[in-house]
Amino acid sequence: MWTVPPSSKQMHFLLLFSRQGKLRLQKWFTPLTDREKKKVIRDMMLMVLSRPPRTCNFLQWRDLKIVYKRYASLYFCAGLEDQDNELLTLEILHRYVELLDKYFGNVCELDIIFNFEKAYFILDEFLMGGEVLETSRVAVAGSLEEADTLQETMEEYMSRPAY
Amino acid sequence: MSDVVEKTLTALPSLLSLDSQPGSAKLSSTSKLGALIRGITELTSKHEEEKLIQRELASLKDQVSSPNTSMRQMKEAMVRAIYCEMLGYEASFTYIHAIKLAQQGSILDKRVGYLAVCLFLNENHELLLLLVNTVLKDLQSTNLIEVCMALTVVSQMFPKDMIPAILPLVEEKLNHSKEIIRRKAVLALYKFYLIAPNQVQHIHNKFRKALCDKDPGVMFASLHIYLQMIKDNPEGYKDLTASFVTILKQVVSGKLPMDFNYHSVPAPWLQIQLLRILSILGKNDQNASEIMYDVLDESLKRAEINHNITYAILYECVKCIYTVYPNSDLLEKAAKCIGNFVISSKINLKYLGLKALTFVIQQDPKLALQHQMTIIECLDHPDIIIKRETLELLFRITNAQNVTVIVEKMLEFLNQSKDDHTTIDLVGKVAEIAEKYAPENKWFIETMNTVFSLGGDMIQPDIPNSFLKLLSEGFDSEEENRKLRLFAVDSYISLLEGETRKLPQRFLQVISWVLGEYSQLRTDLDPARVMTLLTKLLDMKQTSSETKTWVLMAMTKLCSGEASISIAQSVCDDHSSSMDTVLRQKAHELQLLSQDSALRGRLLPLHRASEPIEVDSSLSFLDAFVSEALAAGAAPYKPPHQRQEELAQEKALSLEPYALSLPINMSSCNLTGRQSPTPMSVSSGLSGDSTELSLKGSSTALKLEGVKRVWGKEGYLSKKDPVEEVVQAENPSSPSQPTGAGGTPNDKLTPRATPEPDHEKQQLASSLFIGLGSQSSVCLMEKSDPMVQRFRRKAKTPNSFSGVTERGSVSSISTSAAVDNLLCTNIPESASVVPEVTHEPSPPSKTELDASLSVDIIDSTPSLVQSNGVETPLDLTENEVTDKSKDECSSISLPAKLSGLAHSEITSLCSNQSMEVSACHVHKDDCVLLVIFILNSSDSDIENARLHVSSEQLEVSLSESPLQDIAKDAIAVCQYSLTVRSPVVHFEVLGMLSYQSSLDNQEVEFSYKLPLTSFIRPLEVSTEQYGTMWLTFSNDTKQNLALVTDGQDPLTDTLDLLKKKLGLHVVEMIGKL
Repeated sequence: MWTVPPSSKQMHFLLLFSRQGKLRLQKWFTPLTDREKKKVIRDMMLMVLSRPPRTCNFLQWRDLKIVYKRYASLYFCAGLEDQDNELLTLEILHRYVELLDKYFGNVCELDIIFNFEKAYFILDEFLMGGEVLETSRVAVAGSLEEADTLQETMEEYMSRPAY
Repeated sequence: MSDVVEKTLTALPSLLSLDSQPGSAKLSSTSKLGALIRGITELTSKHEEEKLIQRELASLKDQVSSPNTSMRQMKEAMVRAIYCEMLGYEASFTYIHAIKLAQQGSILDKRVGYLAVCLFLNENHELLLLLVNTVLKDLQSTNLIEVCMALTVVSQMFPKDMIPAILPLVEEKLNHSKEIIRRKAVLALYKFYLIAPNQVQHIHNKFRKALCDKDPGVMFASLHIYLQMIKDNPEGYKDLTASFVTILKQVVSGKLPMDFNYHSVPAPWLQIQLLRILSILGKNDQNASEIMYDVLDESLKRAEINHNITYAILYECVKCIYTVYPNSDLLEKAAKCIGNFVISSKINLKYLGLKALTFVIQQDPKLALQHQMTIIECLDHPDIIIKRETLELLFRITNAQNVTVIVEKMLEFLNQSKDDHTTIDLVGKVAEIAEKYAPENKWFIETMNTVFSLGGDMIQPDIPNSFLKLLSEGFDSEEENRKLRLFAVDSYISLLEGETRKLPQRFLQVISWVLGEYSQLRTDLDPARVMTLLTKLLDMKQTSSETKTWVLMAMTKLCSGEASISIAQSVCDDHSSSMDTVLRQKAHELQLLSQDSALRGRLLPLHRASEPIEVDSSLSFLDAFVSEALAAGAAPYKPPHQRQEELAQEKALSLEPYALSLPINMSSCNLTGRQSPTPMSVSSGLSGDSTELSLKGSSTALKLEGVKRVWGKEGYLSKKDPVEEVVQAENPSSPSQPTGAGGTPNDKLTPRATPEPDHEKQQLASSLFIGLGSQSSVCLMEKSDPMVQRFRRKAKTPNSFSGVTERGSVSSISTSAAVDNLLCTNIPESASVVPEVTHEPSPPSKTELDASLSVDIIDSTPSLVQSNGVETPLDLTENEVTDKSKDECSSISLPAKLSGLAHSEITSLCSNQSMEVSACHVHKDDCVLLVIFILNSSDSDIENARLHVSSEQLEVSLSESPLQDIAKDAIAVCQYSLTVRSPVVHFEVLGMLSYQSSLDNQEVEFSYKLPLTSFIRPLEVSTEQYGTMWLTFSNDTKQNLALVTDGQDPLTDTLDLLKKKLGLHVVEMIGKL
C-alpha cells in the first residue's frame, strides 16, 4: 500500500509521458520500490490519458492529489499531498516547460526524448527534493549554461589530440 | 569566474542553435542512444521491443564490464541504461558503474554519473554508501560545478546515517561567496532536517543568517526549513513573525529584482511560502495575527492580475486569513474571494473554490448558504472530480436534517465511481454520518445495507464492527433497540431470500451475526427457515471460509427445534472434515451443542449479547506477581506508545530544552473558562478524562456547531420534525439568509435559469442547507460541542446569575487564592486559603447587588466596601438572623462554626422583589457543605418557607436547620451536606424555595454548580506505595502543555503553576525519561 512519508513535501513525483503512454521522464522525490513506481506510472497513465477534454487538471489518487497538464503531445503529471496548492503546482509544471523552452528553444517532444538527460539537469536546477529551488528563470538558465560551457570547453579540449 | 561567464555569453547562441535543430539530428545520427531510440520508435509490438532492449542490455553489459571502456564511453552507456530503465527494464548491473562514473569521471561524466545514481537508486539502497566518499571529495573541490553537483545529489538522496560525515562541509558552504552554493547548501540542510532533525539542531542560528541573506534566493530556500520548523514548534518562532511580515510586505510591493517575477507577479513561490508560515504563526494567537492583518490585506489587493498564479496566491491568502485569529474585515474579503472562485467559469478555479469552501465551512457554515445554488450545480457537474469535491463539502455540513439528502447524493456518486480508493473513502463517510444522524431505523438499516454492498470487501473493518456494536449495545430505549434489531432481521431475511451471490463477504458476515443473535426476536419466524437460508450461503462457491465460520457460529446460536437440528447435522457432516481447522472446530461445536440443548442454553443464553462479559482487563490476578517483581527491582511496565516515544527520544538525542507545543496554552484556557458556567472547566480540560471536555477540545477539528448527534452510545435521541423545517426553508432567502460576515445577497449568485428546474434546485438547496442558518457562530476560535450547549441551556434556571457572578473574586478569600479568578479559587488542599476572620472587613452583600450590574460591580468590590461604609463585620452564628435597618448593607457571612474552613465565595443565585438567595460551599474533611442564605428583602415577613434541594449526581442531606419563617431583612441559613453519587465534571444542585409572603404563595427555583475538585481530597501516597498500586491507577492521560516562558526555568515554573492552580501533583520520576 502507498504510504505517505513523514516529511511534508511539495511534490512526490513528476512524470512526463506521451499521449501514446510512453514514459519520457520520471522523477521521484520520495523513496519507493520499483514495483510501487511501476504501479504509480501505470495508474497515472490510465487516469490521465482517459480524462475527457475540458475537465479540470486535478485528480485524486489514493491519498495524493494529481495535477497534470498537457503540452502538445506530452503530459506533465505531478503527485502532491492533499493539502497542497494544486494551482501552484500547475504553475510549477508550466515554469518547467518554460525553462525547457528557453533551453531547447521552441521545445518539442523529440528534444526531450533525445536529450532527456538535459531535461533532468534542468529539473534538478529547478526543483530540489520536491521543492522549488530556483524561481528566477535567469538563474536556472545561468547555472545550466555555466555547466554547459564547461562541457563545451572540455569537449574541445579533449578532442584536441595535442597531449 | 568572470571569464567563464564571458565564455557563456559567447557560446550561448551557438549552443542554442545546435540544440534546437529539428529532431536533434546531431545526436541521433552519431550516437548509439539515437539509434536505440529510433529503433524503438520503428517497432510495432511490445514483444519486438522487449527483444531489442534485451539485446541492448546485453551489449551494455559487455561494454560496462570491459576494462577498455573509457569514461566517456561509459557516460554514453549510462545514458542508454537510464533510457532502458525508463522503459521499465531493469539494468541493475550498471548501478555500480554509475557510482564509479560519478567517482572517477571528468566533470561532465560525473554529472551523468550522479544523475544515473539519483535515478537508479533510492534512499535506502546499500550501494549509496559507496557514494559518500565521492560526495565528500566533491564538496571540498574548488570547482564550483562539482560542489553544486555534490549538493544536488545530497539534497536528493543521502544515507541518513552518513549525514554527520558531510554535515560540517555542507555547513561551511552556508558562508560561500556564490549564492547558488549557499542556496543549495540551505536546501541540503533542509533535506537533513526532514530526515534527521536532531542532527541539524545546532545550526539553527545559521538558518537565521540564511534568512537574512542578501540574495533573495537564499532567503527563499531558508523558508523551507523555517516552514518545517515552525510547523513542528510554532511557539518557538513567534519572534520572527514581524520579520516574515516585513519580507512579505517587500515582496508584495515588488521590491525584489525583476527576474524573480513570474508572469509579472513578484516571486509567487516566495509569497506562498510566507503565507503558509504566517498562517501557522498566527493560529490561535491574536497578537501575532494582528501584526499580519495589514500585509494580508495588501496581498489580497495586489493579486488582481487574471492569472493562475495570482489565484494560487489568493487561495493561500484566504486559507491564511481563516487560520489566523479572525478579523472581520479580512474574513469578509476572503469570503468574497472564495465566492469569486466558486462561481468562476474556469473549472480549475471552481475546484479550488470548492476546496477553499470545504476548508472554511468548518468555521463559517453560513458561507455555504451563500453559495448553495453553485454547490447544487457542482453536484451535477459532468466532471467527476468536481462532484467528488462537492460531496466532500457536503460531508462537512451534514446535520440531522439534511443527512438523508446528502447520503442519497453520496450513494448516487458511489454507484458511478469505479475507483477503489474513492469508494472506500466515501463509504466510510456515509457510514459515519448515517450512524451519527440517522433519522429513523428503516433508513439507517437500508443505508447501511447499501454501504455494505457497495463497499464490498475493501470496506474499512471498523464499519461493520461499529455497526454490530451499535446493534448489540443499543441505546437507552429498549423498545427502540428491539425495533431496530427486528428491522435488521427482516431486511436481512429478505436479502437472503433474493440473490445472494453478489453480496460481499463482509456483508454476509454481518448478516449471519445479526440473524444468529436476533432472529429469535421475531417470534413468528421459524429458526429452521433461517437455518435453511444460512445453509444456502455455506453452499455457495464464492463464500470464503471466514464467512463460513461466521455462518456456523450463527447456526450454533439458532439451532433449536427438530427441523433445525437436522439441518445442523447435515451441515456438520459436510464441514467436520474440512481442511480449514477453524471451520472444522466450529462444525464440531455446532454438532455437540445442537445435541445438548442444556449446555447450549448455558453457553449461549438468549438475548444476552448486550450484557457485558466480565473480563479482568487490568489483569489484577497478576498484581501480586507484579508487585513482587517490582520489589525485586524490575522496571515498571510501560505501555507500547510510551516505549516507542522513549525509543525515538533516545535515538534522537535532544540538545534543546523540551519546548512542547500546546493545544491548551494559558490564553486559550481563559477562553474556555469564560465560556463555561463554572470556573473549574480549565482544570478539567487538562485532566482530560472527561468526555465532555475532550469533545470540546477536539471540536476545532471537524464538528460543526449545531450539529446534532442523533445516534450514538448515548442512545437514539429524539428527532426534530424534518418536514416542518423543510417547509420553513422552502423560501431560501428568509430562514437561511446569512446574518453575519460576507453577506452578499443570495439572488446575486443564484443563476436565473428557467423557473422549473430552478425550483427543483431550490428545493434541493433547501433540503441540503437546512439547519445551517440557525447557527450563529460568531466566534470562530472556540467552539463548544452542541451536546454540551444544550445541556447548559437546560441547566440554566431563569433566575440564576451564578454563571456571571462566579467570575468575580471576592476579597473575603485570601488574595493568594484569588490570584487568577478564572482558575478555581477553592482548591481544598490549598493551605494558603486564609479562613475568613471576623476582623477583616466582610465582603459586601452580593445579594444586594442588582443582578444586571453584577459583573462591573464585583470588579470594583473594594470601592464598594468603602462607599458603603461597612464598618463592623457581623458575627453570624448558626441560624442567627440579623436585623438591620433597610438602607444599610446587610452582609452575609458564614456561620462561625464553618468560618474556619476553606470555602468558595458566596454567590447570588436568584432574587426577586421579596427575597434573594445566595450560596457557597464549604470544604469539610468528610464532605462538602452547601450553605444557602436566604435574605428577606421585602417589607414583610416570609412564612412557611420550605427549601427543597436535590441533585442527580449528589447525595444531598439536610445537615442543619430546617427553615421556618424569615423575618423582614433577616437572613436564614441552611446547610446541606453533599457527597458524590456519581462523579461528573460539574455537579449541579437544583433547589426550589417555596414560601408565603404577605400576599400569596411563591416559588423560586435556582441552581448551584460545583466543580468536581470540590470533592477531591488529597491522598498521601509515597512513591513506593504508588509503585505497588500503580496498576490500579492505570489511567494514563497525556496532555501537551505550553511552558511558561517568562521565568528562568520554564519546566519548573510550569509545574509549579500546575500545582498551584490546578491541584495537580507531580509524582517523582524513577529512572530517566
